[in-house]
Amino acid sequence: MMTEQVVGETAPPSVVRQTVRSIGYLKESPVAVIGTAIVVFWSLVAILAPLISPFEPTATILPFARPLTPAPDGGRFLLGTDQLGRDILSRIIWGSRTVLIYAPLATFSAYLVGVMMGLAAGYLRGSTDSVLSFVSNVILSFPVLILYILIITTIGPSGLNVVIAVTFASAPGIMRIVRGLVLDLRNREYVAAAQTRGESAWYIMLCEILPNARGPLVVDICLRLGYVTITIGTLGFLGLGLPPPRPDWGGMVSDIRALAPAFPHMAVFPCLAISSLVLGLNLLADGLREISLRD
Amino acid sequence: MENHMTRQPLLEIENLAVSYFTRAGEIPAVADFNLRLDAGEAVGLVGESGCGKTTVAMAIMRYLGGNGRIVDGSIRFQDRDLTTMGKEELRQLRGSAIAMVYQEPMAALNPSMTIGAQLMEVPRFHDGATHAEAYERSRELLADVKLADSARLMAAYPHQLSGGQQQRVVIAMALLSNPKLLLLDEPTTALDVTVEAGIVELIRELAQKYGTGMLYISHNLGLIRDTCDRVCIMYSGRAVEMGSVRQLFEQPRHPYTQGLFHCIALPSTDKLARPLKPIRGQLPLPHQRPPGCSFAPRCDHFAAGTCDTPGLKMHEIGGGHEVRCERWRDIDKDAVTVTAPAEAAQAVGEEVISVNDLSKYYAVRDRSVAAMITRRRVRYVKANESLTFTAREGETVAIVGESGCGKSTFAKVLMGLETATDGAIEFQGKDIANTDVQQRSRKQVSALQMVFQNPFDTLNPSQSVGSQIGRVIRKFDSSTDRSKVRSRVVELLDLVKLPRDFMHRRPRQLSGGQKQRVGIARAFAGNPSAVVADEPVSALDVSVAAAVTALLLDIQRRNRTTLLFISHDLGVVRYLADRVVVMYLGRVMEQGTTEEVFSPPYHPYTEALLSAVPVADTRVRKKRIILEGTLPSPLNPPKGCPFASRCQRKIGDICDTTPPPVLASPSGHAIACHIALAELAEVEPVFTVEQADAAE
Repeated sequence: MMTEQVVGETAPPSVVRQTVRSIGYLKESPVAVIGTAIVVFWSLVAILAPLISPFEPTATILPFARPLTPAPDGGRFLLGTDQLGRDILSRIIWGSRTVLIYAPLATFSAYLVGVMMGLAAGYLRGSTDSVLSFVSNVILSFPVLILYILIITTIGPSGLNVVIAVTFASAPGIMRIVRGLVLDLRNREYVAAAQTRGESAWYIMLCEILPNARGPLVVDICLRLGYVTITIGTLGFLGLGLPPPRPDWGGMVSDIRALAPAFPHMAVFPCLAISSLVLGLNLLADGLREISLRD
Repeated sequence: MENHMTRQPLLEIENLAVSYFTRAGEIPAVADFNLRLDAGEAVGLVGESGCGKTTVAMAIMRYLGGNGRIVDGSIRFQDRDLTTMGKEELRQLRGSAIAMVYQEPMAALNPSMTIGAQLMEVPRFHDGATHAEAYERSRELLADVKLADSARLMAAYPHQLSGGQQQRVVIAMALLSNPKLLLLDEPTTALDVTVEAGIVELIRELAQKYGTGMLYISHNLGLIRDTCDRVCIMYSGRAVEMGSVRQLFEQPRHPYTQGLFHCIALPSTDKLARPLKPIRGQLPLPHQRPPGCSFAPRCDHFAAGTCDTPGLKMHEIGGGHEVRCERWRDIDKDAVTVTAPAEAAQAVGEEVISVNDLSKYYAVRDRSVAAMITRRRVRYVKANESLTFTAREGETVAIVGESGCGKSTFAKVLMGLETATDGAIEFQGKDIANTDVQQRSRKQVSALQMVFQNPFDTLNPSQSVGSQIGRVIRKFDSSTDRSKVRSRVVELLDLVKLPRDFMHRRPRQLSGGQKQRVGIARAFAGNPSAVVADEPVSALDVSVAAAVTALLLDIQRRNRTTLLFISHDLGVVRYLADRVVVMYLGRVMEQGTTEEVFSPPYHPYTEALLSAVPVADTRVRKKRIILEGTLPSPLNPPKGCPFASRCQRKIGDICDTTPPPVLASPSGHAIACHIALAELAEVEPVFTVEQADAAE
């Protein structure tokens, strides 16, 4: 019968090569490169904290030392010390662990809930959609900060509770994004093909629809990691973060609030740490978006 | 001045080369392109997607976007070189001396502005007309493009118009500044065939009235035959043949042009008289073009040493007919290459699907005060109304109709994505009309599968081809043995004639035709006894569509599958269907064997539908019936015959008030019409084929 000759090309693409190639795409956007560099820098700092921090983060040595003051037992307080005599550089280094553990954890947890809600609302429509949308609108109508204060003061400050609070406050926003994407994707013919072979609703949502929504969601995850970093800083500043004496960037600023005019170094360096990490995440998000828009 | 204008070509393109600059480097889209267009002349630019025809139009408009550049050659318009023109000069020219009509009318109109405001912008911007003048001229042009009630339309927003009306408005807008050159980029591709016929008629009339030069871009040779004086065939970025419509249609010289004609299913002939012969292979990617002739890898007349030398030129072969083929003298256009002998019609088996009085209504809640007073708060869209027909084993039944006729709704009910309001569908002895797909047994689901329309949408982009086919096998066979599933996937890829290593590929690495083949493999994975194909080739290029159609038919014939083929392309329907069901506004207008439906007696709607099909054969004479008006709203269907509001053979009030009786001949050919069968039988056939000798 009639044949069609097809241009051949062999070898299944390996997962490793695909990953290397997609990382290679990052190089195309200078913004993404800078963002990645900052995020990688802070990740390394958090991992290597025991090796690179010059002092114990909780050791009280010499109060009110300005930056570059020599320490009594040798070495220098490169960024100075706080009112209790703890080395600020070491506290920032150890504090990066708090942020880099709880920010991804909270974001991940918020995504888990938000994505499930969004998939259900967008795919099942009808009353499921009405109920979920109503709940999320109610949550979104509260000022975020009041929501955090309400939740943390009710269940008490702890790392886990920060995760719960962030999940509660962010999941509705994520649900809206996912719902919008699903409303578009559910009309694709491959979804109809899955329906006509009698696949279950959850299979269609998780295996047919979700993987194709990943593009915009990856960008949003980067942005949201930045927001959560700020949130954790804010909660620390309000005294709702991790209980002392664990170093925490927001908490560091909060502790010396009254002293900041006289000893600006105590406030400036922790703030710079927060800003640089958030900036890094935002640049990465911008870069990813830029790359995804190119052909 | 006038004399000078007529002697000078309106548009002269010389050695044009356009490239796009992307991640992968420079991609040459058009190379060595020459075209001359005189004032008042209509030239067709034909080719498959990716051949560079739209790039040529965009280069003329200088709208190449951020990464496209003219790298060589000149485009002279009225003796001014467009390639070197400044931004301000171009802006003056665009929309006034050169205007363009795009494929998607809805995208060309601003949805937040009234039609009037958008039309009036043109004379106000380009000619500095006053508000009153602009209004008057806009209204005149709306009347010129045959839009009745122009005053009301001026105040309407684009979404209040039908697709055909919108495209008429876009054409009016293009003509408002009285352009010398009109570029039409597939202006009717998004429209239904009966609407298309009206637009084509309009374009031809307007070109004569205004003396506008036209460059008509299309992939449809039939349309070009109806609208143009000269044709240029493009392949892989180059013009391969150019000449008058008559020269090119009667004596195509380039093997590609000949191949194109062999790929088109004509509604005037059937498969026995003229079997389709697809062009093998596919369009080479721009950076994989062979040296010399780009068509060489797909050509039956390839000669090493001749066809693979770089820099092949166009040869003038007399009367302005040019061809870019070194071997044109050696190729006999009439030589019929050996094709598979057309298979005799198969004996059909038992009834597999029996649709009985099926209706599907969608409820629409009306919350207006008027509805509350009249207590008619719920109204119904009657998407399907009393459908009755059967399909037997090994039979191909085509369901034909324009968009909105309810054919896709029927497919949904059949597949169990919707349940019927009334009536029954008997499938393998059980009524499934009211059984949702989730409630159907695995055997029922696997026995009834579907091939979808859009190749870019039919496969999940994030799963490999193998895993998508494999999923279906696991679902229906419930076998989890990996090697078994794998060997079945290989078997299916062989069945649709795709290389086995496609298993590991992602859909984005496949061409449209290849994706559609995977879609077919997926549908046949569960050994179905019936397959619904919803316009499976309408989005594919002609040469690929022919191959996919042939493949689908071949598999169907071998498995003795019942095929329900939903389509609006009557050429393809004539080619492959055994029986045809013609639908209009949710109801069956006519059904019978293909032979019966394509010859008198016709239902008046079938007659109009047939006459609207552009036929790419200069020997075929066609009756011209242009339908007026638009499809009535299915919310408010006519009381009598649904087609009465547009019917060209309406006999009187009875058509509006009484539903037509179904007139059936003993053979099973049924027509729903008030006109007597005997009278309909006397109607002249839509297609008459002239003798080949008489045409010469």
